[in-house]
Amino acid sequence: MASVSETQAANTPNPARWLVVVVPYLWLLLFFAAPFLIIFKISLSDTAIAMPPYTPVFPGFGAIRDYISELDFENYLFLTEDPLYIKAYLSSLRIAVISTFLLLLIGYPMALAMARAPSSLRPTLVMLVILPFWTSFLIRVYAWIGILKPDGLLTLLLQTTGLLEPNEQIQIFRTDIAVFIGIVYSYLPFMVLPLYSALEKMDNTLLEAASDLGCPPWKAFWKITFPLSLPGVIAGSMICFIPITGEFVIPDLLGGADTLMIGKTLWTEFFGNRDWPLASAVAVVLLIMLVVPIAIFQNQQKKVV
Amino acid sequence: MAKSLGPVKRKFSPWTDPSAVPFIRFENITKRFGDFTAVDNLTLDIYEREFFSLLGPSGCGKTTLMRMLAGFEEPTEGRILLQGKDISGVPPYRRPTNMMFQSYALFPHMTVEKNIAFGLEQDNLPKGEIAARVEEMLKLVKLETFARRKPNQLSGGQRQRVALARSLAKRPKVLLLDEPLGALDKKLREETQFELMDIQTNLGLTFLIVTHDQEEAMTVSDRIAVMDKGVIMQVATPAEIYEAPNSRYVADFIGDINILEGTVSTTESALGAPGAVRIDCDGVAVAVEQECQAVKGDKVAFAIRPEKVRISPDQPADTSFNAVYGEVWDIGYLGDFSVFLVKMADGRIVRAAQANVSRLVDRPITFGDMVWLTWPLDAGLVLTR
Repeated sequence: MASVSETQAANTPNPARWLVVVVPYLWLLLFFAAPFLIIFKISLSDTAIAMPPYTPVFPGFGAIRDYISELDFENYLFLTEDPLYIKAYLSSLRIAVISTFLLLLIGYPMALAMARAPSSLRPTLVMLVILPFWTSFLIRVYAWIGILKPDGLLTLLLQTTGLLEPNEQIQIFRTDIAVFIGIVYSYLPFMVLPLYSALEKMDNTLLEAASDLGCPPWKAFWKITFPLSLPGVIAGSMICFIPITGEFVIPDLLGGADTLMIGKTLWTEFFGNRDWPLASAVAVVLLIMLVVPIAIFQNQQKKVV
Repeated sequence: MAKSLGPVKRKFSPWTDPSAVPFIRFENITKRFGDFTAVDNLTLDIYEREFFSLLGPSGCGKTTLMRMLAGFEEPTEGRILLQGKDISGVPPYRRPTNMMFQSYALFPHMTVEKNIAFGLEQDNLPKGEIAARVEEMLKLVKLETFARRKPNQLSGGQRQRVALARSLAKRPKVLLLDEPLGALDKKLREETQFELMDIQTNLGLTFLIVTHDQEEAMTVSDRIAVMDKGVIMQVATPAEIYEAPNSRYVADFIGDINILEGTVSTTESALGAPGAVRIDCDGVAVAVEQECQAVKGDKVAFAIRPEKVRISPDQPADTSFNAVYGEVWDIGYLGDFSVFLVKMADGRIVRAAQANVSRLVDRPITFGDMVWLTWPLDAGLVLTR
């Protein structure tokens, strides 16, 4: 959307305008690009028993040639040699895809109900969706432990309602199911809000027009409502999919030993095995993997604007 | 009510035929939204092939009435008959009516073509037939070259035509038009009005149009229903509505009119004409040749259109009635017409319009002139409501 005033402003140099653009870019350069380059460099070097446990980041100009000759891609090669990493990546993607799908399945009807609710009620409903953010994320995940553990609240509830024998216990804590529950619970607002904003903008007379032209409501949903909410579906899915892929806390707290997620692997490499170069390589590959959905997301955002 | 307007030649007037069966019948329709009564015990018949207007200010219930016919609202009381069949409870997608929305409500993610085809696709017509019908519609609204465009790539006038094409594509029994031309500029609106009339006549459809624009209603309609606060004030042809309004409300709503409040002084003939009344409007003696229900002493209003008032600097022969003396207080020059605002001694203003038949820049009557306004016995009318 290049308005006339914008083009004019671009033609006449304005120092204040430059400042506005430069500051955030400097910020990104300093706190995103630079750390990333450091991580990338570490991923190319070897482990060292030292404090910190890696070879120096910048050894001085004299040693640069030696130093560069020492850098190699062996950590990346190692990632392909040990099936653990490939499995972890694939498992992360699987969990992220399934979770995003579940989130859509649960979030879409919620968002639709919110958008169709009387307008006086809508701010309250949005508030209720945001409300969990008032409590720390970590505490909320810990709360799920209390609910899901074998002698937890869920077992108690099922026993009292008679769905479970008094000596039986529900065994989902420390399984993938618990991870899905935790992820879907934690990310639901991030799915609902973009969907809601897309659906709320929709003109209701479009549905009246569809109905008037002979289209029953269920068909009108797929012909009108859903296609028009696609930007929201994509935004919500990306906002959830990307961080879920790298999720660490939820699988660590709710998942079992066999719940393989790259975020957990990354943490183990950094702090368990203290193999920072390998861990950095894992991080770089993860980032490259996520660039694709991020690019799709950006592209879609541009279209919406 | 109104006196006879003389023999009127009508090509199309099923409402005068007592044996004609109404195409649409609103029967004692009441619609309430909470405490608010939008439509109040309304009964109305609309005939096949009629171009019918619902005219009234916003909030008078005209849109609600139309939405009940389309099926978007259900009447609280009463029933709607379409070709003799009660359509209560029939959902909008099963009604043989199509609507052109005020906002056009074009599907933004579909091309012009797809928008027009939408209704036809719902009927599962064969592909070839849909394509042919879409083509025909595009031709009808002269948008052949825009078939592949999306609505946001069209101008307001083009969008309006797509909306019209879409609502006509299914050849509905009744086409409902909700303020269809509201968003267009004056020139385009006038053009489109005539196009609408052409389309309606050529396709032989029944059109029901909702509008607050009295000029639009006058131009396009066979009959107009003037509504106020959920009730119909008058249903008649544009000419009848204009020449013989049945109430102060209708007279005032349609066109320009002088209304003088007064009391019936005698119901006897003024000049031997049958059924005439004399009204005393605070010193202005008015005689009207009109049969009316009013009796001596009734508070009534005398109404007369400005173009029926003669203006002259010369005193008429008989000033005992239908004559007003005053000063030209203001002149509105409209090009084809000039409207003179004449102020009587007591401050009341009567408007007289005169066609500017001769090409004069300086008019014989100007500001501050003392003039006489006169009108014939049959020019005005008595309003009892």
